Amino acid sequence: MGNYLDILIVGFSVFGGLFGLLGSYGLIKLNDPVSRLHAPTMTSTLGVGAILLASFFHSWAYDNQGSSHELLILIFLLLTAPVTAKFIAKVHISRRTNPDDLPRPGDDRVWASHMNCDESGVPPQQQG
Amino acid sequence: MKILNRLAPHPYLTLILTVVWLMLVNRFSLNSLVFGLFLGLLIPFVTQPFWPDRPRLSKPLNLVGYVALVIWDIIVANFVVARIVLFMPNSRRQPAFVTVPLDIRTPEAIAMLGGTITMTPGTVTCDISSKGHALLVHCLHAPDPEAEVATIKSRYEARLKEIFE
Repeated sequence: MGNYLDILIVGFSVFGGLFGLLGSYGLIKLNDPVSRLHAPTMTSTLGVGAILLASFFHSWAYDNQGSSHELLILIFLLLTAPVTAKFIAKVHISRRTNPDDLPRPGDDRVWASHMNCDESGVPPQQQG
Repeated sequence: MKILNRLAPHPYLTLILTVVWLMLVNRFSLNSLVFGLFLGLLIPFVTQPFWPDRPRLSKPLNLVGYVALVIWDIIVANFVVARIVLFMPNSRRQPAFVTVPLDIRTPEAIAMLGGTITMTPGTVTCDISSKGHALLVHCLHAPDPEAEVATIKSRYEARLKEIFE
C-alpha cells in the first residue's frame, strides 16, 4: 500500500515540476509581452496543482490523516492569480498600446485602461 | 427573521468563513467549529458596510458542475498550451486580441468569468470596457478568433448566467 502511494507522490511531484519548468521556459520562448502572460498560468494551475496533490497524498500516507491545507492553497491561488495577470495586462495596455491597436469594445467607447486618454490616444502625465 | 438577518447579513459568507476556518485548523472538533462560527458571524457583521448588496444566486448547486467543468478544461488546455510552447515556432503562432461581448451584468459573475478565462491556459482576460459590457481577451494561438469567442460565451458565460441571474 505504502509503495503505491510513494509512486503516486513521486509521479505527481515530477509532473508538477515539469510543468513549472515548462512555464518558465515559455516565459523565455514566447516573444511578445502579452503572450508571455500565458506561460505562468500553466505553472500556477497544473504545476502547483500536481505538487499540492503530491503533498496531499504524502500527508495522507505518512501522517495518518488527510490535510485540507492543500485545497485551501489551491482555492486562494485560483482566486488571486487572475488578478495579478490582469494587472500586468492593464499596465501593458495603458503604457504600450493605443486604442486603435485593440479591437472595438462592443457597444462601449473605450477599454477601461484607456479611459483617461485624450482623443489622440496619448496617456495623461503620471500624477503624484 | 429580521433579527437573524441583522445577525448574519451574509449567510453564504458565514458558511464559507466557517468552512475555511475548519480547513485551516485541519482537524475537526467542536471547539474549532464553534470558534469558526463565531468568526463567520463576526467578520460579515463588522465588514457589512463594504458589501452593499450581495449577489443573489438563483441556482447555487450549478456552481459545483461549473467548477468541475473548469477544472477539466484547465487540465486539457494545459496540454494544448504546453504543445504550443514546446513545438510551435513563434513565427507560426497567431496571437490575437478578441472582444467578448457580455450578456451577464452581475459584477460578481463578470469577475468569475474573467478569472475563469485567465486560469484556462491559452486565454488571458486583459481588460473590461469602460461601461462593463465587453471583455478584452488575449489568445495565445487563435487561427479563428470568432470560434474562441463562441466557445467562451457558450461554455462559460451561459452557465454563469444560469447560476447568477
